[in-house]
Amino acid sequence: MQLGSEAVAIDDSHRELEQEFLTFTLGPEEYAIDILKVQEIRGYDTVTAIANAPKFIKGVINLRGTIVPIVDLRIKFGIGNVEYTPFTVVIILNLAERVVGVVVDSVSDVIGMTPEQIRPAPNFSSQVGASFIRGLGTVDERMLIVVDIERLMLAPEMALIDEATA
Amino acid sequence: MAIDMSQFYQVFFEEAAEHLASIENLLVSMDVDAPDAEDLNALFRAAHSIKGSSGTFGFNDMTEVTHVMETLLDMVRKHEKPLTSDIIDACLEAGDVLRNLLAAHMGEDQADADAATAVSQRLQALCEAGSADAGNASAGAEESVPAGGNRFRIRFRPDAASRQRPETLDNLVEELGRLGQVQRFDRDSDDGEGLCCIVIESTHALTAFEGVVDFVAESGSVVVEPLADADGETEEEAYGFFEPASADSGAEEEAYGFFGDEPVAPASAVDDEVVSDDGSYGLFAAPAVAPSGADDEAPDGSYGLFAKAAATTAVSAAAPAAAVEASAKSEQVAPVKNAGAAPKKPAAARASGDSSIRVSVEKVDQMINLVGELVITQAMLTQSAEGLDPVLYERLMNGLVQLERNTRDLQESVMSIRMLPISVVFSRFPRVVRDVSKKLGKQVELKTIGEGTELDKGLIERISDPLTHLIRNSLDHGIESPEKRRAAGKSEIGTITLKAYHQSGNIVIEVGDDGAGLNRDKILSKARERGLDASDTMSDAEVWQLIFEPGFSTADQVTDVSGRGVGMDVVKRNIASMGGRVDIDSMGGVGTRMTVRLPLTLAILDGMSVGVGAETYIIPLNYVVESLQPGPNMMRSVSGVDSLIQVRGEYLPVISLREYFGVDGACADWRKGIMVILEADGTKIALFVDQLIGQHQVVIKSLEANYRRVGGISGATIMGDGRVALILDAAALVGQSRKTLAVAA
Repeated sequence: MQLGSEAVAIDDSHRELEQEFLTFTLGPEEYAIDILKVQEIRGYDTVTAIANAPKFIKGVINLRGTIVPIVDLRIKFGIGNVEYTPFTVVIILNLAERVVGVVVDSVSDVIGMTPEQIRPAPNFSSQVGASFIRGLGTVDERMLIVVDIERLMLAPEMALIDEATA
Repeated sequence: MAIDMSQFYQVFFEEAAEHLASIENLLVSMDVDAPDAEDLNALFRAAHSIKGSSGTFGFNDMTEVTHVMETLLDMVRKHEKPLTSDIIDACLEAGDVLRNLLAAHMGEDQADADAATAVSQRLQALCEAGSADAGNASAGAEESVPAGGNRFRIRFRPDAASRQRPETLDNLVEELGRLGQVQRFDRDSDDGEGLCCIVIESTHALTAFEGVVDFVAESGSVVVEPLADADGETEEEAYGFFEPASADSGAEEEAYGFFGDEPVAPASAVDDEVVSDDGSYGLFAAPAVAPSGADDEAPDGSYGLFAKAAATTAVSAAAPAAAVEASAKSEQVAPVKNAGAAPKKPAAARASGDSSIRVSVEKVDQMINLVGELVITQAMLTQSAEGLDPVLYERLMNGLVQLERNTRDLQESVMSIRMLPISVVFSRFPRVVRDVSKKLGKQVELKTIGEGTELDKGLIERISDPLTHLIRNSLDHGIESPEKRRAAGKSEIGTITLKAYHQSGNIVIEVGDDGAGLNRDKILSKARERGLDASDTMSDAEVWQLIFEPGFSTADQVTDVSGRGVGMDVVKRNIASMGGRVDIDSMGGVGTRMTVRLPLTLAILDGMSVGVGAETYIIPLNYVVESLQPGPNMMRSVSGVDSLIQVRGEYLPVISLREYFGVDGACADWRKGIMVILEADGTKIALFVDQLIGQHQVVIKSLEANYRRVGGISGATIMGDGRVALILDAAALVGQSRKTLAVAA
């Protein structure tokens, strides 16, 4: 996992300024997140529910001995069909020394984008707070919503961390 | 090729820190009047190891301090110098200085060079100071040796191998020491022939020595001859004047003159090697008298004999004054010479005790996780094999059973790697108590209970500072002065009790004293002075908590030890950052007890697993009093809602775990579930669950590492099937019920 991201980092330095993104879908929308934040991708497994947690926090799983909370972004953003099938995917993210899993509809691919390809997002209201959107990327007619996943996940509204430490 | 030493620094740092810790332990536990020889040796070895490795790595400041310390310890362990509490204090101080230097090399602290010099001088002074006495003492000792045996002189030429390795000669001397008393040992006398000379007093026959010496000597070079008596020897040859036995006053006069005119005497003494060996016998103070005549020879002739002469006969009136000068002179000589002699003994004794290896914590953690995975895989296999016919697949089944057992064992042993007994922390407190009580003029005894209580290494490292602070606080504010204690009818010796034990997923560490207790009024008035919100109606516990306010101190005087009001708030903050808390119990005149409760991040917990709906929860077993199936007439309702259960005459509030955690699915009927009676802090509640599943030893995993604190949950664990189960915070549940009851009332 660490190795993987380093390999990407090296690769990255060859293509100037181009950054790699993992893209995933939530309903009809396509999102992109910085691939360096991604630790691994795995299937959705049984989670242990946590009492009095917001609905979008499905619970915690055991990831090789670490307790990892799972967030269903579909519930959080209110898009996509919330159902859990063998094909439901969890992206395990590594953010600021924390590990968090997010449930998405599906993972599409890894693409490289230069900063020029990412346009600032116009002002609009959405479930995803505008401050978490780094911009809109365009790749072959596809529009990708580039999300600053770290800021999003660590935001107080995600209720993933204690207020004191937030 | 140059080797980059820095890669080994870490190992050195760790080792040095360990040696320093063991030095301190040994020193503190040492009985001044009757030191254990083995302990003295261990002490010396530890100092020596630090010196050796710091020298290797070029940390010369450390080498210098340890060098002097080692010299001193070497004298002590050879009984050339009696162990005094002064020596212990000086060595403890040196230990602190070394720790500071070590920290400086690690880049954590500023090196205090002045302190290092000061302590070196102090040690040096001790080396010197004692040696006159030691000289006398050893002279006296030798005199008093009953004429039990004959004296022999052994001369031989070491063979090539032992010439290259000087330690073989040391071994030889040791070996001979078993046969008798080695009184003299010169290697390589200056005659250029490389002859060694040993004088020994023994009851053994002459041939016995030959056999021993033969091992290291060139064949045929060994000459063993009996010596007639001390006097004859003195005249006969220079070595002899080392023999204090001859020190009757006449002989002294003689010896004096002899020193001056007889060229033989200085000749043999000039040799550096010779001097160095003698030096290590602690006879250096001798030059005391020498200046009276033989200025030039003074350093060479610095043999103990003369010191004694001066003392007994007062040959020269100037002796006392001269002694000071001379010892100052020899101060410069002694360490250098001793340097040569001291480090030759090292390795032989070191072999024992190296039964541990150093592994990084990450590796251990990785192993723990891997084993966890293995356990899950094993559980999965067992599950898949359940459908198979046990007759057809007998061997597979047997294998699986064995696999299960092995994985469990493996898991257990891997888990235990990270755990350390709390004695690691406790062991440093005798020193703290000793130093502080000395400074404060109090008599305090430290008792430790439960040193074997294990907790995670990470916690061990972090708990030590807060605990030290609590102990200092107890020493300063808790324990009264001996006079006050006597007046209060207590024993003059105060007691501080350190106690550690596990309690329901917590490690509890108590620091108790039998001192004066906290003064409620004083705390309240101080609190008001500081503008804190304090009223007379506050409960004791609330009042005690005030002392954790930043800057709070009731000490009338600011002392070295405490009273500045910095600290208790830091203690509380540190402990809170580990997820723990501090409680205070105190009773005027009886004592104070600070109780630190810490979660065991990686501790193994005995838990009872209970099922609620589809979820499994773990209840820490030591909170569980009993479990029972409620009968229909046990339920009592308050204001129309079933909320009390009568168990053995007691009415206990009922908490439904299902409601508490909002678990889906219904089993609301009290009569179909199980009541688990929990007790915490003296309060009991009944917890209503659907079913009991079993008892497990579970590993506590932190929820907070990646998530956040959850009310009513103290942590999580991974069950055999790989699923996560949450561990209930029983104390919080009980507290919760108390709160709701209070609201209801």
